[in-house]
Amino acid sequence: MNSDNQIIITVTGKDKVGIVAKVSNCIAQNSVNIEDIKQTIMQDNFVMIMLCNISKMQISFKEFKENILQLANELGMEIWVQKKDIFDKMHNI
Amino acid sequence: MTANFNQSQILETIRMIKIHHLDIRTTTLSLSLRDCASSDTKKTAKKIYDKILKYASNLVKFADEIENDYSIPIVNKRIALTPISLVAESCDNVDYTYIAQMIDKAGNEVGVDFVGGFSALVDKGFTKGDLRFFEQIPEALSTTKKLCSSVNLGTSKAGVNMDAVLKTADVIKKTAELTKEFDSIGAAKFVCFCNAVTDNPFMAGAFCAINEAECALNIGVSGPGVVSSAIEELDKTADFGEVANLVKKMAFKITTAGELIGRKLAKKLNIPFGVIDLSLAPTPLRGDSVAEIFKAMGLEQAGAHGTTMALAMLNDAVKKGGIMASSYVGGLSGAFIPVSEDAGMIEAAKIGSLTIDKLEAMTSVCSVGLDMIAIPGDTPNSTIAGIIADEMAIGMINKKTTAVRIIPVINKGIGDNAEFGGLLGSAPIMKVNPYSSEIFVKRGGRIPAPLHSLNN
Repeated sequence: MNSDNQIIITVTGKDKVGIVAKVSNCIAQNSVNIEDIKQTIMQDNFVMIMLCNISKMQISFKEFKENILQLANELGMEIWVQKKDIFDKMHNI
Repeated sequence: MTANFNQSQILETIRMIKIHHLDIRTTTLSLSLRDCASSDTKKTAKKIYDKILKYASNLVKFADEIENDYSIPIVNKRIALTPISLVAESCDNVDYTYIAQMIDKAGNEVGVDFVGGFSALVDKGFTKGDLRFFEQIPEALSTTKKLCSSVNLGTSKAGVNMDAVLKTADVIKKTAELTKEFDSIGAAKFVCFCNAVTDNPFMAGAFCAINEAECALNIGVSGPGVVSSAIEELDKTADFGEVANLVKKMAFKITTAGELIGRKLAKKLNIPFGVIDLSLAPTPLRGDSVAEIFKAMGLEQAGAHGTTMALAMLNDAVKKGGIMASSYVGGLSGAFIPVSEDAGMIEAAKIGSLTIDKLEAMTSVCSVGLDMIAIPGDTPNSTIAGIIADEMAIGMINKKTTAVRIIPVINKGIGDNAEFGGLLGSAPIMKVNPYSSEIFVKRGGRIPAPLHSLNN
């Protein structure tokens, strides 16, 4: 698998109805596939981490990120979109 | 099935970037100009200009793309050139200032933050060209914005060129005079070295040495905030073994991030990856300070007794952790202690905890030397030469790189503050020893190379 195509989307903020639905919808609309999801509540904060694959994405990574960040604004949540290999490198020998 | 990612590692990484200012301080394109020599100043300048444009046009664009891919800031994009004194020496009646201005123009054109390499290596003596070069440094620095200049005045193998030390003090003072309307900022773009390194990506001392490849991408990482916050979370009774181990782990993480970014960017630019300089480089932002690491270790202020030991351990642990994380470590690698660029150092200098004398002691164990220190504008040139000589001595005897980047702020004295802006920050004017070094520094000649055995 080409790890260049794997990205991590991290969503944090105050829990409310519809976060997973709206974020997933935005991801699907851009032809990005969700490979894994982990969602918890940490110290009253909503935390969701999604492993996604962008190999079938039709737009540029920059445009996709802009779409997600716009959604983050609308939801009032903090969303980070990063290529996955930075986490693999930093935390593994 | 276990998840394909580790939640706590991801959140830790985001916290490091967002709260503790983990960033890539610089991506520096090292570029050889050995093929730019000619017998005519304008022709050489044009060759240099064209070569910078050819190799560096995409540097900023691609760095921005990688920054976006990983959401990790790449603060500066820079270029390091072959020492101009070598490249331009064969020009008839060479006009180094004109070349400096053309380099600055090229730097502007490609959008980088700084261009280094307006440099000379005179540790053993001057050529005619070197002498002419020294004369033109002040004008070159005062008529350019992005150009950085450096000179190597000594090595452990050759000793220290004391004629050059005195001339360097004159260069610093004159550059300060010519830029006095801006708190003598020209002197902040000039540094002198003992044992200058050939692949340093940090300014003002970056240059591409003659033994370096045609081009390469060197990376400078940062992240003192990551280290200080990790130590703060340790129990106050944790022993030094634990503290050192924690610093190593943090240095490893910071360096791997830098290595990844460096390799990706080098690949995009289609040039070789050079080295990663795993220095802890502070910025004037709160929480991005090396001085705060000393505080986290248990010193009330930077400069308190114990600071030299704290720095020695930090510097060593950073190297040990970082070296495991990258195949090619180089540059200055260690902990920087610039005063004006570090909020904690500024505070310590203001309240009198940090003095030039203590900083000098600290430079015997840090990665570079006396850095970004503002002194009174009326400091005699001979005193500045004395400060440089002391720093060169530390480097020469201890076989390490040392440097002086000192700013005599014209028309300002003790109690005043100098404002340099941006990454260069601000600094209180620090007191220098009032007694004269004049007869000593004017002896001239070369301090003989030291003995490399009987080490005690």
